[in-house]
Amino acid sequence: MNTATDPYDALVNREYKEGFVTEIESETLPPGLDEDVVRQISAKKKEPEFLLNWRLEAFRKWLTMTEPHWASVHHKPIDYQALSYYSAPKSDADRPKSLDEVDPELLRTYEKLGIPLLEQEMLAGVAVDAVFDSVSVATTFKKSLAEKGIIFGSFSDAVQSHPELIEQYLGSVVPVADNFFAALNSAVFSDGSFCYVPKGVRCPMELSTYFRINAANTGQFERTLLIADEGSYVSYLEGCTAPQRDENQLHAAVVELVALADAEIKYSTVQNWYPGDKDGKGGIYNFVTKRGDCRGDRSKISWTQVETGSAITWKYPSCVLRGNDSIGEFYSVALTNNYQQADTGTKMIHLGRNTSSTIISKGISAGRGHNAYRGLVKIGKGADHARNYTQCDSLLIGDRCSAHTFPYIEVQNPSANVEHEATTSKISDDQMFYCLQRGLSAEDAVSMIVNGFCKEVFRELPMEFAVAAQKLLGISLEGSVG
Amino acid sequence: MLEIRNLCVETDGKAILKGINLSVKAGEVHAIMGPNGSGKSTLAHILAGRDGYEVTAGEVIYQGYDLLDKAPEERARDGIFLAFQYPVEIPGVSNIYLLKAALNAVRQQRGEDELDAMDFMVLVRDKLKLVAMDEAFLSRAVNYGFSGGEKKRNEILQMAVLEPRLAILDETDSGLDIDALRIVAGGVNSLRSPERAMILVTHYQRLLDYIVPDFVHVLANGRIARSGGRELALELEEKGYSWIQEGGTATAAEARP
Repeated sequence: MNTATDPYDALVNREYKEGFVTEIESETLPPGLDEDVVRQISAKKKEPEFLLNWRLEAFRKWLTMTEPHWASVHHKPIDYQALSYYSAPKSDADRPKSLDEVDPELLRTYEKLGIPLLEQEMLAGVAVDAVFDSVSVATTFKKSLAEKGIIFGSFSDAVQSHPELIEQYLGSVVPVADNFFAALNSAVFSDGSFCYVPKGVRCPMELSTYFRINAANTGQFERTLLIADEGSYVSYLEGCTAPQRDENQLHAAVVELVALADAEIKYSTVQNWYPGDKDGKGGIYNFVTKRGDCRGDRSKISWTQVETGSAITWKYPSCVLRGNDSIGEFYSVALTNNYQQADTGTKMIHLGRNTSSTIISKGISAGRGHNAYRGLVKIGKGADHARNYTQCDSLLIGDRCSAHTFPYIEVQNPSANVEHEATTSKISDDQMFYCLQRGLSAEDAVSMIVNGFCKEVFRELPMEFAVAAQKLLGISLEGSVG
Repeated sequence: MLEIRNLCVETDGKAILKGINLSVKAGEVHAIMGPNGSGKSTLAHILAGRDGYEVTAGEVIYQGYDLLDKAPEERARDGIFLAFQYPVEIPGVSNIYLLKAALNAVRQQRGEDELDAMDFMVLVRDKLKLVAMDEAFLSRAVNYGFSGGEKKRNEILQMAVLEPRLAILDETDSGLDIDALRIVAGGVNSLRSPERAMILVTHYQRLLDYIVPDFVHVLANGRIARSGGRELALELEEKGYSWIQEGGTATAAEARP
């Protein structure tokens, strides 16, 4: 008898599609981390005094902290002295003025990833601030954004051109000593993206950054800061992919969002970093701190994430609902296959009156994947009539994976209304057989069922991202059952 | 089109089918009747390639090749369609998405191009009329929250779109009220054609008032106990299944007129 699982076997040995290494000359600091390295990074970037001091404060605090181990993930100890903390494509002095001047090897890398910058400029209407290793190499659409008064570009550029905004907002959402990885990032971050949308301006296009990890053994410490001034709106897309590596690569980014009164920030992520091979070797450690501050009344911050990559994901995009009537949203799809581990979720901190938050989390585990949702809904004393709705669904594929849910709810105000729903399900044999009987391959059937499971989240993604995310899920699930 | 020879099937070590012989030609409609547990649904599942059964003897030849060698999706693409007794719900996946994916899989097998969105919609709108379904039906998730009648109509819609060579309808009448039964039967009848064979698996003869079969086979204890024409179903209705189980053992071959 033919069995429904036979076709899966053929799919098992698929390699990570984007595993290639680009040969670009890098100017890399030798491995190791001390105060001197921090000073060197700051000096290389010609940073103002306040920023150096800020880094040093972070570094000194980091020295007193210990690596957290409360997350439901397991990995070998990380030797922070074995990592190199700075790597930039050479010729920093004469940065490319246009794409023509960009290293052709780099452009080819983007093409392999399906991100042709030139075409993207013309066709997609997406402004791309490309972070390659640690320094921005090309920034597009800057002009048309500048006409609206929007500042969008690399963090380093913003440090030079708008130090006052950096000084005012950097660390105001994620303080230097917020957690071990955030402190490390604060001390050694190399670059990232910066965006400021002025009062009343609606950003006319989706802003986008493609992150890419390249040089071997280089920890990546991205710093992103987005400020939406009163009454403004911005939608920001972050997509990631990385070349294949044997050693684990540490990635500890920090993203800070500030929404002032009546402002709205929509932050979407598709994360496809190298997850390790099918035996669990290699892959990125993704320890990220993302937090948004709804600082003004009636402000709104919405996180949408599709996490399919990385060996280990440790990530809790959160909202501090400080302003009255402010809104926080978190829509997440996290997929773990083979030996991937994910501990992800969100924190919704309600401080203002009539604040509301929505959490929709879809966890998918396949292979020996280990997937945990960890969420905190906190209603502060002053958060009268705060509302939260949480829906946490887990889907299991096969019988060697696991799913865990750790919802924490702290309510200090009796007028709050908090709802939590959770389900765990498997792709049933009946569903599979039904699809096969209609002529679909096992691969297409799994992909279709999983995409259906994730629909509520994909709906929140910008159109072109949603399509990419669906494809990505399909690719990530290949060989997931057998 | 289909030749089943001495088919013996077990599940969990228990014999379900004990030597089924059945010959189905293009254009014919065969009804398989029988009491609960007689193996009717097992036969339907075996033909479609459902997992969990062991064929211990016999063979099934479809279009000249050994059907049991093929994976379920290969059978489907080569024109075998099973209308499920309990169509499964697939949350979040729209009906039209599944229909299009299924049709394109079948078309690819036939060496035809994929239909573009416009042509596909024209086709589907046309087929919707057969089962008296509204277009809004297409954007709902597959069978999700459908009434029993809607689920069965959805099966017939899929069948109409996929245009199978061999359609197997497993208890398509169960759970239908009389109006829904009329609609479903009307849809099935409109799909009868000289190139297409159908196997109706049913417990009650009621369905056969609406879809008149060419042959009726009665399954009892894993064997075809009796074969005949339309009148056999009526006789069964009158005398009950116990009459067959006690009585004769005419084979399908003998009963063929």
